[in-house]
This record gives sequence, C-alpha cells and structure tokens, in this order.
Amino acid sequence: MANDTNNFKRWNRRDILKALGGIPFVGAVWYSGASLAGSAIREKQFLLETLNIKASPPPASGPMSGKPLRIGIIGFGIRGEQLCRALGFASTGWLKDMSDNLAKNPKDTRLTDFKAQENLNVKLAAICDVFDQRAENALKSFNSGDNKIKRFRTHTELINSGEVDAVIIATPDHWHAPISIEALNAGIHVYVEKPMTHNIAETYLLRDTVLKNPKTVFAVGHQHRQTQSFLTAQDVISKNILGHVSLVQTNTNRNDDNGAWQYDIAESASPKTIDWDLFLGNAPREPFNLEHFFRWRKWWAYGSGLSGDLMTHDYDRINCILKMGIPKTVTASGGIYTHRDGRNVPDVMHVNMEFPDFSTGGSQVAGKEKGMTFVYSATLGNQFDRGTVLMGHDGSMDLGNRITVYADPRSTKYAELIKEQRIEAGVPIYQYDPAVNGTDAVTSATAKYFANKGLLWTYRDGKRVDSTFLHLREWLSCIRNGGTPSCSIKEGFEEAISAHMGGLAYKLGRRIEWDAVEQKIIAQPGEDLDAVLLSNT
Amino acid sequence: MNTPKLTAVQGYALVLLRILIGWHFLYEGIIKAYNPSWTSKGYLLSASILKPFFAWLAGDSMISAIDYLNIIGLVAVGISLLIGIKVRWGCIAGMLLLLMYYLAHPPFPGLPQGPAEGSYWVVNKNLIEMAALFVIYLFPLTTIFGLENLFARKKANTTIN
Ligand SMILES: NC(=O)c1ccc[n+]([C@@H]2O[C@H](COP(=O)([O-])OP(=O)(O)OC[C@H]3O[C@@H](n4cnc5c(N)ncnc54)[C@H](O)[C@@H]3O)[C@@H](O)[C@H]2O)c1
Repeated sequence: MANDTNNFKRWNRRDILKALGGIPFVGAVWYSGASLAGSAIREKQFLLETLNIKASPPPASGPMSGKPLRIGIIGFGIRGEQLCRALGFASTGWLKDMSDNLAKNPKDTRLTDFKAQENLNVKLAAICDVFDQRAENALKSFNSGDNKIKRFRTHTELINSGEVDAVIIATPDHWHAPISIEALNAGIHVYVEKPMTHNIAETYLLRDTVLKNPKTVFAVGHQHRQTQSFLTAQDVISKNILGHVSLVQTNTNRNDDNGAWQYDIAESASPKTIDWDLFLGNAPREPFNLEHFFRWRKWWAYGSGLSGDLMTHDYDRINCILKMGIPKTVTASGGIYTHRDGRNVPDVMHVNMEFPDFSTGGSQVAGKEKGMTFVYSATLGNQFDRGTVLMGHDGSMDLGNRITVYADPRSTKYAELIKEQRIEAGVPIYQYDPAVNGTDAVTSATAKYFANKGLLWTYRDGKRVDSTFLHLREWLSCIRNGGTPSCSIKEGFEEAISAHMGGLAYKLGRRIEWDAVEQKIIAQPGEDLDAVLLSNT
Repeated sequence: MNTPKLTAVQGYALVLLRILIGWHFLYEGIIKAYNPSWTSKGYLLSASILKPFFAWLAGDSMISAIDYLNIIGLVAVGISLLIGIKVRWGCIAGMLLLLMYYLAHPPFPGLPQGPAEGSYWVVNKNLIEMAALFVIYLFPLTTIFGLENLFARKKANTTIN
C-alpha cells in the first residue's frame, strides 16, 4: 500500500492503459460464460420441446362426502395393519412405536404424515382374523367414541352381518378369491390384496362374479398404480420416444431373512388362539404348524412364490404403462438357493414372458420390428439394485418414482441429433422427478428400494404421499361417486393369469402357452394345471 | 506497511495469479447467474460437517438469498481481481466464499468425499485457492495491472485529509 500511495503521484497515461487492460478479460469471461449457459439452456429447451413429454399426475379421485362407509377388514396381519392405517386407523402399538421413533429422531415424519392424512369418512366397523391376538389388537385399537368395531369369527358372518358396506381382504393368497366371491355375491364392495387369485379356476370364477355384480366396486391392491410418474411414463410410450421396446427388465433383489418371508412367530400363537381349520380353508389338510401359519409365503399351498408375491407388482407396473396384457408364452427357471429351510417356493427365479405381436411403435422401416420380452429376475440373496428398464431401439427408460430417459447411441430417430452432438449417449435426454419440490426424510435403504417401485409412497405436488392411501381412496371414490378403479378385474385377471403361467412354467420346466382365442392356458392331455400349481412339490 | 521491493518478474507473476483467480471466480459466477435453475441447495444439504448450519442456509427462507449472495459474491470478487479494483476487499470476500465451500465438504479422513476429480486429504483446491488469495491480499500490486490507480488519487487525498 505504501508503494501504491507513492505511485499515485507518478500517475501517467501508461498506468491508465495498464489498468484498463483488465476490462477485456472481464468482457471475455462474462461473454463466454453467458453464452455457454445460455446455449445449454436453449439446448435443454430444444430437447424438451422436441420430446414434448407431458408430465402430469394421475387425476385426483372424487369427494369423500356423504354417509360414512362401513368397512370390514378381513386379515389383520402385516398388510392389514398398513391398509387400516391408510384408512386413518393406526393400531395402538404402531402409534407408540412411532412416537418413540420420533423422540429418537425428529426427522422421522411417519407419525406426522399419518396425522396429517385426509379423513376418508369411513368407519372401521368389523374385523375378522383367525388369530385372536390380531383380532383383539384391532378391537383394542379401533374401538373409540366415534368408531365401534365388532369381531366376527368367520368372513362369512362378517359379510352377511349387514354391518358393512365394503371389505378389505388381506389374508394369505389362498383366501383372496373365495372371500372376494362371497362378498361380491352378497353385494359388498371388495378391495383384495394381490395376487388376485391363488389358482387358475378361481380366476375365471372371480371374473364372472365381478362381471355379474356390476354395482359392487372391485379393486385389486396394486397401489403403485397411483405413482405420480406413471402418466408421464405412459406419455413417453405413446409419443414413441423409446421407439420399438423389445425388452423390459424388472427384478426383485432382497438379502435378508425378512425379505425371504422369515417373519416372526408370535408367542401367544397356539391351536387355542388360532382357528387352524379356517386358516387352511381349501389348502391340503396339515397338522397345526406355526411355520406354515406365520410364514405361509414359503409354501405353494397358501402362497404363490416369487411369481405371485413379487413379480405381480412388477408385471402390473409395466402393464399399467404398456397395457401389453397376457403373454403368449412364458418360461421360467430358478431354484431354492439362498434359503434351504424347508420351503418349497423358489428364492431365485427368472420368468420370461413373450409378447410376439406386441409393439410400442417403431422408427425404422415398417415390418422390421415387432415383439417384446418381459423379463422378471429375482433373488432373495443379494440386494444390488438392478433397476426397472424399458429398452427400445431409440431409447431406454429407467422407471422408478423418478423417470429417466436415455437416447440409444444407435437410435434411428435421434441419429441426426447425436451426430450434431446435441444428444450425448449416457446423458439423460429427459428426467422427471416429482420430488424436486420436497426433500425426503431419512429412511432405510430397503424402504427407498420399495418406494422406488411405487409401493410405499409417491408424490403429489412435490409432497410425499402414501400410495396405499391414494389407492384405497380411489376405490372409495368409485363406491361413492361411480367409476372403475385403475386396477379392477381386467387388470387383476391379466395379473393373475400371467403370475400363474410363471408358476406353472417354473414347476413344469416347460414353455407355458396362452390361447388368446379360447382365453385359457394350454394344458397337455390329461394334465390338471391347478393341481400342478398348488402341489407342494 | 513495509512491502519489500519486488523484481518486475515477481510482480508480474503475482498479477498473473490475481488475474487467473479473478477469471475463475467471474466464470463460476456468470455460469450460475445465467442458469435460472441453478441452486446451491443440494451442495448445502449434503454438507458433511456443521450440518445444522448448512441446513439452515439451505432452508426455504434462506436459500434464495444465499444463492443470490453467492452469485453476486463470485462475480464481484471476479471483477475486482480481474481489473484490480478493491483487490483487498475482493480477496477477503473470496476467501470467505472459499471457506464456506471448504467447510461444507472438507476433505477430512472419514468423511464422504462426494464426486471429486482428484484425491485430497485435508488440503483441496478450495484451500489452495484460499491461500493464493491470501498472498494476493498481502501483495495486491494494483499498480501493474489494475484500475485502482484511477481512483487512488482521490482516495489518497481523503486519507491525507
Ligand atoms: N400390496 C402390497 O404392497 C402388499 C404388501 C404386503 C402384503 N400384501 C398382501 O397382503 C396379504 C397378506 O399379507 P400379510 O403380509 O399381511 O400376511 P400376514 O400373515 O401377516 O397376515 C395375514 C392375516 O390373515 C389372517 N387370516 C388367515 N386366514 C384367514 C381367514 N380365513 N379369515 C380371516 N383372517 C385370516 C391371519 O391370521 C393373519 O393375521 C397377502 O396376500 C400379500 O400378498 C400386499
């Protein structure tokens, strides 16, 4: 500074020139920064306009006004509790756990979210569960000043009690169709968990029953249909942005005992507290067995293996976007490789569904492209996230709560833009993230994984919403205001038949074929496909 | 202050350093200023230490002011260093900005490093740029390549008065 001050006195023209010398730098840096940023924005705008994808949320369901609907819950296990919560009824145990969690971690929003949930104007009027502890838990939790809940020993008594307008069925799979059919025939609305059915015969019977009772509203519990991004994904397909989709990759990756259906066995469980015969229903007679009761997913007699329990989610997710329907043929393979604990359903399984006549549209010469394979690949021994990807000649779509679209480097449609380097391979040409307005609270990696499939939550106006809540709301709205749920009998029928074809292909080790004209799965002479599907081998 | 006499080459080297840093700041500021969707929210929210502080900055009530201040800061520091006006103030502001960037994601052992193009342990480029600004703060050398001279006479007078 001392120098500076001295220099002022010797100020001359040369110094001024030196000083002004910095200005061109400012101009140059400013100009190049501004033009780079500007052209990046213009390029982005150009791409968005070229693709012209409409990002829209599914329409909201109608008003919840009128007389409160009286709901009966049949099966109050893991899922039953979640469904009741989505209706606005949380068990005392859950409420306590959540307030403990909140005390430990103020960022845990589950309790606050539950309390902020819209009132659906329903009464939880009846419960039926074959295990005393669970039925009593519901009675204890949901009997309050303005809600009276009654226990019924059997679903038949509940359905015919005259005290419910609608039922939610969250029993093991082998009870889904029989209870649905009884309820529909009694004029009671039905929300049944997935998979819609446990065998082939009842799939047809249930479809006939639904069609025969047009006044009762029937919904299947594929709540991911409420995912915010699905309409956007549909728009991507309808605008033919991916070109001809020849392969869809879906999967399940889990790596813990809970994920492999090794659920806890309750201490109070005994032949005295469980109505074992009612649990068995149409399943083969079996002496009282706690493993079978609490971990029923491990046996074909009650559950439906990976193809029924988990593939159905992925199949329906894609069917919701592509509407490809029932596959022409299905092959499957796998085995019991990660949990050799006496189960008879596979824990590693791959199902390939062929749709030889299906096309999402193409960009090449007519007739060159047609046909698609849907691949479902699952392991219960590793949880590396493989992502759900729709792969087309012109692009790929990575599908989660977020949608990311990439152009294919060899695309016909984008060849020019790729050559001009306006599209770069590996850089998404489109991304849709309904969460950008909000930030997520911390949740476990597993929760994120399921959430990404739209199974836990989705977004509305940038806010996180329980997708089960939205799905139930849609069903209730159809009961109150008319309309058909997004996952009703057509979708449920396609889901159930596709899942059963997967199970059969695995069990028989051969290609299973669908006769679209006759509307049936082709059996070999003398073969009883249902016996094969249900057999514990 | 008693500044040691520098040789011409030493002086030019320092000026070069000042121009390069100014260039870098200005460019960072301009790129952000011309991109309407840019925000420092993600950077702040992913901070690895002093989380409550950075989360507060990233909060809904603060973030637009923070983004604005960041852009203004980068551009002002850039211009100051490039053309040599208020260089010492520019250095101080620049060091403060760099300190914030450094603290949000310090390359300390045991902390997540996030995407970086090199390998760092305690020292990273933010810290080095901060040190370089400190050198310029000590040797502003606005006489060789700077506008400050233009205003200096007036300023000198006022100081004398
Ligand atoms: N949509 C989803 O994301 C989702 C998630 C989990 C489960 N599910 C489905 O929900 C269903 C239930 O699964 P879960 O995990 O809750 O099983 P669970 O074993 O925890 O619960 C089933 C309950 O049904 C009761 N039950 C059995 N037979 C009955 C009968 N005849 N009448 C009345 N109650 C009976 C059992 O006592 C038990 O409490 C399954 O079909 C499953 O596929 C769907």
